[in-house]
Amino acid sequence: MSENLSNDRTCVVIGASHGGVNFAFSLRKAGWEGNIILFDKDPVLPYHRPPLSKGYLANKDAIEKNFLKSVESYEKENIVLKLGVTVTSINRSENSVILKDGSVQVYDKLILATGARPIIPSIKGIETISNLYSLRTAEDVENIRNALTISQHKSVVVIGGGYIGLEVAASLQKMGASVTVLEREQRILARVTAPEMSTFFKELHAKNGVDVQTDKNVISFNAKEGVNTIICSDGSSFEADIVIVGVGIHVNLELAKNAGLEIENGIRVDATAQTNDKDIYAIGDCTFHHNPHYDRFIRLESVQNAVDQAKVAAAAICGKPLVYDTLPWFWSDQYDIKLQMVGLSTGYNKVLIRNEESENPKFSIWYFKDDTLLAVDAVNNAKAYVLGTKFIKGNKKIDQSKLIDSTIDFKPANLLIE
Amino acid sequence: MAKITFVTTDNESIILEGASGSIMQLAVDNGVSGIDGDCGGVCSCATCHVHVAPEHVEKTGEASEIETDMLELNDHANEYSRLCCQIEITDALDGLVLQVAESE
Ligand SMILES: Cc1cc2nc3c(=O)[nH]c(=O)nc-3n(C[C@H](O)[C@H](O)[C@H](O)COP(=O)(O)OP(=O)(O)OC[C@H]3O[C@@H](n4cnc5c(N)ncnc54)[C@H](O)[C@@H]3O)c2cc1C
Ligand code: FES
Repeated sequence: MSENLSNDRTCVVIGASHGGVNFAFSLRKAGWEGNIILFDKDPVLPYHRPPLSKGYLANKDAIEKNFLKSVESYEKENIVLKLGVTVTSINRSENSVILKDGSVQVYDKLILATGARPIIPSIKGIETISNLYSLRTAEDVENIRNALTISQHKSVVVIGGGYIGLEVAASLQKMGASVTVLEREQRILARVTAPEMSTFFKELHAKNGVDVQTDKNVISFNAKEGVNTIICSDGSSFEADIVIVGVGIHVNLELAKNAGLEIENGIRVDATAQTNDKDIYAIGDCTFHHNPHYDRFIRLESVQNAVDQAKVAAAAICGKPLVYDTLPWFWSDQYDIKLQMVGLSTGYNKVLIRNEESENPKFSIWYFKDDTLLAVDAVNNAKAYVLGTKFIKGNKKIDQSKLIDSTIDFKPANLLIE
Repeated sequence: MAKITFVTTDNESIILEGASGSIMQLAVDNGVSGIDGDCGGVCSCATCHVHVAPEHVEKTGEASEIETDMLELNDHANEYSRLCCQIEITDALDGLVLQVAESE
């Protein structure tokens, strides 16, 4: 048995969410016989985050339906969960972490899966709004649901037209709220999709009764006699019972930074998710890592990345060769539309759209840099998504005129250039 | 209550009982190896791929279009493939046997 697998060793994980929990189970599976201890300041048994803005919010499900693993699973694998516990610092010279109550936990290996937290912008008057929420945790959902139940006009302003903001808007609309989305850019999803996709989603929301307004830069808030007013730089203003902020995240870097770990746009890790300290790994939303396919350093906010880095780190700690080499993928569900995305479109210079014959919207957007396929966004079109995945992975050359011809059967053999 | 048998890729048989929820959830809650359910059951990840025993296809019904599309280029997919997050547990599934598919 290698020394890493002996049973008196301890692996400590900070953050028990998609990254940390998947890591713990992968580590056990990879043969680690020592202790595994997960710390999270969230008191709730670890749960899936993506549904928080989607079905879980709208369907008013109980959180039990949304757990990543059952309590029994942790017990069975002898994974110790310490929930409601905040880690306040890392002492690298002693190989230990210090908890909020001052107690100390030593580690042989430490995993940082600290993720990210919502940005609350420092806009004038923001502190006066009592019904202001962001969405990252089960508690946030609880608060939003309660606020909606007791609100008088059920009017909601969502600040930020990214995926989370738009999903929340769709869910709240379903729950009976009247929703306005305010986006600062000229179009929603500006950072992540082609203009065609922004237009599609703007119209989708309009059709469902959600008012999406672009070029709306919020500059101040005003709360008087229970009425919240949101004021934009162009002089327009909006009233709402509830304000939801979805303008992006801050990476939870403080522990790593104070411990002197290498930081860039996240905690810098290598292809095995190791930081510049050989006993410390980092995974998930908090990492700045190299993507081999695009040969670029990136930070990603996705379940895929958290899970894949978790597997890589677990393998590395157990001495198994495995390096990070996956394509990013992501999804978003709004109303009855399923958007699936694969790849990174950054740097594209050409966009092709393939429309399928269908009653409901069904199309895909293909991002190219010259002849190279970079990414695919597929709307109600899982086939385009899996084809795109295969093509990008294999660096395949595609016949672009055939690609956009929906009379040609959607099959690799029909689309690839030999 | 329905008794459902999962046969893993190591040929281990795991018999579980479920009353409601999806088969994926039942498998994940009980640590059935090879069923990860990364997307939480919304047909986005295909990490819950199983083969339904041919004689039980009637019990589960056929795969929906999105399931078939998600598995379109999967080397381990066949006519008995399902994404088991899309199968709701009911009493009618009692006795069902599922083979966990190899991961891609
Ligand atoms: C509303 C919403 C919708 C989303 N939708 C999608 C989607 O459709 N598809 C997709 O792929 N991704 C989606 N994401 C992103 C996805 O949820 C994240 O990428 C994923 O959760 C990252 O996992 P993680 O473990 O790296 O970090 P996180 O999930 O952020 O978890 C980090 C954990 O660390 C804990 N923590 C941090 N610091 C400390 C400390 N000092 N002490 C103790 N605990 C600490 C936190 O409490 C937290 O639980 C969504 C996210 C949100 C919020
Ligand atoms: S759990 Fe993701 S597709 Fe079934």
